[in-house]
Amino acid sequence: MQPVVFPNKILPYLLLAPQIVLTVVFFFWPASQALYQSVLREDPFGLKSGFVGLANFRAVLSNPDYLHSLKVTVVFSLSTALLSMAVALLLATAADRVVRGKNIYRTLLIWPYAVAPAVAGMLWLFMFNPAMGTFAYMLRRNGVAWDPLLNGDQAMALVIVAAAWKQISYNFLFFVAGLQAIPKSLIEAASIDGARGARRFWTIVFPLLAPTTFFLLVVNTVYAFFDTFGIIHAVTGGGPAKATETLVYKVYNDGFVNLNLGSSAAQSVILMVIVVALTAFQFRFVEKRVHYS
Amino acid sequence: MAQITLNNVRKVYGGNIEAIKGVSLQIDDGELVVLVGPSGCGKSTLLRMIAGLESISSGEIAIGDRTVNDLEPAERDIAMVFQNYALYPHMTVHQNLAYGLKNRNTPKDEIERRIAKAAKTLEIEPYLQRKPRQLSGGQRQRVAMGRAIVREPAAFLFDEPLSNLDAKLRGQMRIEIKRLQRSLGTTSVYVTHDQMEAMTLADKLVVVNGGQIEQVGSPIELYEKPATTFVATFIGSPSMNLLKHAETLEGWSISANVPKPKGAFTIGIRPEDLAVCEPTATDFDFTAKVRIDSIELVGAESYVHGKFANGQDLVFRVPGRSVRQIDDHVMVGAKAKDLHVFDDRGRRVA
Repeated sequence: MQPVVFPNKILPYLLLAPQIVLTVVFFFWPASQALYQSVLREDPFGLKSGFVGLANFRAVLSNPDYLHSLKVTVVFSLSTALLSMAVALLLATAADRVVRGKNIYRTLLIWPYAVAPAVAGMLWLFMFNPAMGTFAYMLRRNGVAWDPLLNGDQAMALVIVAAAWKQISYNFLFFVAGLQAIPKSLIEAASIDGARGARRFWTIVFPLLAPTTFFLLVVNTVYAFFDTFGIIHAVTGGGPAKATETLVYKVYNDGFVNLNLGSSAAQSVILMVIVVALTAFQFRFVEKRVHYS
Repeated sequence: MAQITLNNVRKVYGGNIEAIKGVSLQIDDGELVVLVGPSGCGKSTLLRMIAGLESISSGEIAIGDRTVNDLEPAERDIAMVFQNYALYPHMTVHQNLAYGLKNRNTPKDEIERRIAKAAKTLEIEPYLQRKPRQLSGGQRQRVAMGRAIVREPAAFLFDEPLSNLDAKLRGQMRIEIKRLQRSLGTTSVYVTHDQMEAMTLADKLVVVNGGQIEQVGSPIELYEKPATTFVATFIGSPSMNLLKHAETLEGWSISANVPKPKGAFTIGIRPEDLAVCEPTATDFDFTAKVRIDSIELVGAESYVHGKFANGQDLVFRVPGRSVRQIDDHVMVGAKAKDLHVFDDRGRRVA
């Protein structure tokens, strides 16, 4: 990029202003508020708050509930990211072979992305609701003791599938674009070199998709961490017995339901640190193994 | 080691667009055959059909004594060098060379032996552990060749392998490919649109135009006796002058020594066969008077672009620098043996 020099001294600031205002109002301000709140403790009546240093953090990190929530989050995020990426990749490789009506298939596959998280959650809740869900009925008739309202593992499976389902179309788009970016001659060279089917996919296509996969891994992990609140809220509400209470859900629950603002703020700060660390780690270590052509 | 036979091969797209219109060609064992033609003539399609990357609509392709129509590319025992090299970017040079052999379950020590040999021949030993993106264009080209060589296939297929290189490197690689092909003695099919490359490389030259073969022969045969006006203009640089004979001869004349077909015909004369002469000269069978329009000095010789009164061009070569000036009128002549006569359908008469 060539450095551009504006003759007007104020214009560049004006051009940047909307972005800066947005970032300050919607990120820096709340983030600083969270930081501030995390070192305070409210009295039982919420009339005044006092400085307690790192006591909130100590309390949160030594709380077995919190550690359980961390474990739930890891399981949920990894499963959601892997499931949605795997299914998207499968669909993308299939769509890559379609010659006629390519655009129709793609448009149809993109629709789920337009569904709001809470609505997606409701959709899956209705289908698998033990009392009235069609699929729940079919599962039970086939001998599966399906009851996500009581069985934590089943509840977890349900929110994972619902969260992954919504993200598949997004991943699909990127995988289709990634597949199209692979030069055709490479595939042809591989077919002359005697590599077919699964072997060709895993030795040539998949390594060449690595930049796309890496990008999606970051996006999906962040999605599973933060953007799945609506789905969990609609489907399980964090239950049964906190089996699907992720860190974000716990922040909401402790802060806005139980009104423990100090603890909730401390959790938000920890969450922020986790995501920054996660992204930094992914860029630093995973990216090294990625080929950018 | 194998011969390749194409028997009335056709390619039809979408039911009615005929890209290859019935091509029959015999490529002998160990021969380097060059398919040459303008872009879109079907030469690459033809090569890809031999490779198995493109299906054939009808006809038969045989490599060795096997009909390969329905065989996968991998089963045809061929290796291909692509225009963009198609090296696997995520593998080292060594892995690139080994990939085709590993897929065929070649024993490990055999793979190492072949790679060592190919790397030595192509002088790519220092780069074996590098990735393709760390190599220059010429080095990538060598790796692409190496990937073909280690397979020890029945035939090499080259799809415009030198077109991504600069002019100097291209000339150098051309000589190397020729030398390599001769020492290995592997049957090779080479596609190019560069007639210079085609002339210097080919044992047998195949000129393709509009999905059909125009002429097959040695480069010198095609140069000296082009079968059609298309081949005449395509082979040789600058290309042959073609003068359409009309009722009135526009500023040029031919002697009775030149055989003339009935009806309309075309006379072809290569720029290098024309010589500047005196207006009174009588020892030429073709004479023409033109106005000099422009002069191209290419070093040891100059190409003079003349124009007839009716605007038609006539290019001729003069050794050294042209002594004439632009807008001078000049007389040029050629001998009967250097004249190419084509009938009204562009076919060679004499």
